[in-house]
Amino acid sequence: MSVFIDQSTRLVVQGITGRDGSFHAKQMISYGTKVVAGVTPGKGGQLFEGVVPVFNTVAQAVRETQANAAVIYVPAAVAASAIFEAADAGIGLIVCITEGIPVLDMTRVLPYVNERGARLIGPNCPGLISPQQSKVGIIPGNICKPGKIGVVSRSGTLTYEIIHQLSTHGFGQSTCVGIGGDPLIGTNFIHCLSAFQADAETEAMVLIGEIGGTDEQQAAEFVQHGVTKPVVGFIAGQTAPPGRRMGHAGAIISGASGTAAEKMAALERAGISVMQRPADVVPLLKERL
Amino acid sequence: MNLHEYQARDILRRHGIPVPPGDVASTPADARAIADRMGGNVVVKAQVHAGGRGKAGGVKLAKTAAEAEAHAKAILGMTIKGLTVHQVLVAPAAQIASESYVGIIVDRASQRPVLMVSPAGGIDIEEVAARTPEKIHRLAVDPRYGLLPHQALGLGFALYRGVVPARAAADIMQKLYAAVYAVGASLAEINPLITTPDGQVLALDAKIAVDDNELERRPEIAALRDVSAEAPAEVQAREAGLTFIKLDGIVGCCVNGAGLAMATMDLVQFYGGAPANFLDIGGSSNPQKVVAALRIITADPNVKAILFNIFGGITRCDDVANGIVQATQQFPLQVPMVIRLTGTNEQEAVQILTKAGFAALTDMDAAVQQAVARAKGQAA
Repeated sequence: MSVFIDQSTRLVVQGITGRDGSFHAKQMISYGTKVVAGVTPGKGGQLFEGVVPVFNTVAQAVRETQANAAVIYVPAAVAASAIFEAADAGIGLIVCITEGIPVLDMTRVLPYVNERGARLIGPNCPGLISPQQSKVGIIPGNICKPGKIGVVSRSGTLTYEIIHQLSTHGFGQSTCVGIGGDPLIGTNFIHCLSAFQADAETEAMVLIGEIGGTDEQQAAEFVQHGVTKPVVGFIAGQTAPPGRRMGHAGAIISGASGTAAEKMAALERAGISVMQRPADVVPLLKERL
Repeated sequence: MNLHEYQARDILRRHGIPVPPGDVASTPADARAIADRMGGNVVVKAQVHAGGRGKAGGVKLAKTAAEAEAHAKAILGMTIKGLTVHQVLVAPAAQIASESYVGIIVDRASQRPVLMVSPAGGIDIEEVAARTPEKIHRLAVDPRYGLLPHQALGLGFALYRGVVPARAAADIMQKLYAAVYAVGASLAEINPLITTPDGQVLALDAKIAVDDNELERRPEIAALRDVSAEAPAEVQAREAGLTFIKLDGIVGCCVNGAGLAMATMDLVQFYGGAPANFLDIGGSSNPQKVVAALRIITADPNVKAILFNIFGGITRCDDVANGIVQATQQFPLQVPMVIRLTGTNEQEAVQILTKAGFAALTDMDAAVQQAVARAKGQAA
């Protein structure tokens, strides 16, 4: 089983003819994702790779192909607009890979998406993958294996590192979700943990957080009261200096809150097994399962 | 990107917020001329991106223009929290009856801009939050409707009893809210917002941080960047499309992805070393970025060993390997290098590196341990 995406996911790729969009559309198709449409304004009527119809608007793509999920690879300057468009077209799951959307734009995007009942994953995220079922985004399919661990992370390559550790030691994944490194994001840790808790096939969860904000602390509180399955956690940024933005727009320690030490303590208090390093994920899961 | 106080004051003024006069000087003579124009009784303030300027001796009162010149001479060139002062703001010394705080941040939890006001102004708001949290009033603004007049007035009354200053403060709050969206600020603070003995409400000091993601579409704001206020290596990195932050350790780190970069630094510390930097070469690899990264890392004399940690996804390991080879042909390395790479095009990368005489590891822990050991060996 899986959360958010599976074999019934019918995907429209926004920005399918662009450099990143076309590369990753091909990757997703070869992984087995049902890519049913692409959107590039002005290129409606073309066929991508000779098979995927391209439309001028998302609304058209939905009407013609019954797409129910969208992935966005357009440049930052038009990415907020792409999210609005997908939500307006009635898409239920919107995954925004694009990095660099101004945070004030997101203050307007999020209520719009929420009011239409859509789920946004990202922005500034690697997307998600349910191994051997569907991949939406850019997580390399070859490092994932199907299984029973749910993975949720604010990071990209650090997630790959931990998935790689899991797969090489026999722990497959139900779904891996990269929720994004920006301060304002659609789907958060709690949404993912509660989906994994409800998913019959997921047996344990891995939470990968980092410095900045208090999402991990809120997730810890949620785990304490709402999660019965084992959770293993990691927090990146123990050596990060305060006040500096560590690459991700959201990874900045301000004042006393947001430090790795504070987050690790919150996870531990909630009964989450905390890794000291990425390689600890396997021994800790073995302990808990 | 942080703006200087004088730049933030200009933005507030352009949005109709009452700001006392003042001008910026980069020489003691200029400071004297400004002080002369303002009647001699002035405050001279260091313009650096650091808090605690007063405590560091970067803010001084002068009674005469000559005294202002002397203060400017002392402050210009001084170092506050590692940053050299290149400019001072010279402004008339204000008559202060009360000091409060007005600020707007984008709040992650409510996902909205939040207005914060406090009658306890003139000190660091985080100190107020820690000691007397009841003195801070917050309001999450619905961005679809903006800050409504009654909301602003309600907060105005949280600062002042009288309706006249409360209305003046409310007006300032609405203008500050407009300024936030106009310049793309992630934070805008007036601290202190003062009342004068004759009842005026004025923004005495201002701080604005602009969301870096806004700069591309706001060239007029991007032009306010003061490169001299930043570490040269960080400027160089930004121009090369890299994110670099200098730290104090001896292991230079070159990683793809911000989360993995932080986890790598943490692992260096876990194995008893100290990272010399945070460096994210970003998603789209090209050999030139790697060359630029190595140039920046090797310019730090503290670096005793270099550690590459690459998990190839979009980043192709062979691009990174080519970059390493090109860089070492352009400038031979003086310190040992440990390379870990795995993922996309790993085999090609290993071939390229082996041919050039470099070993490549695939395990992150092994690579970090080796880098720490070699850095310590060099340092000893």
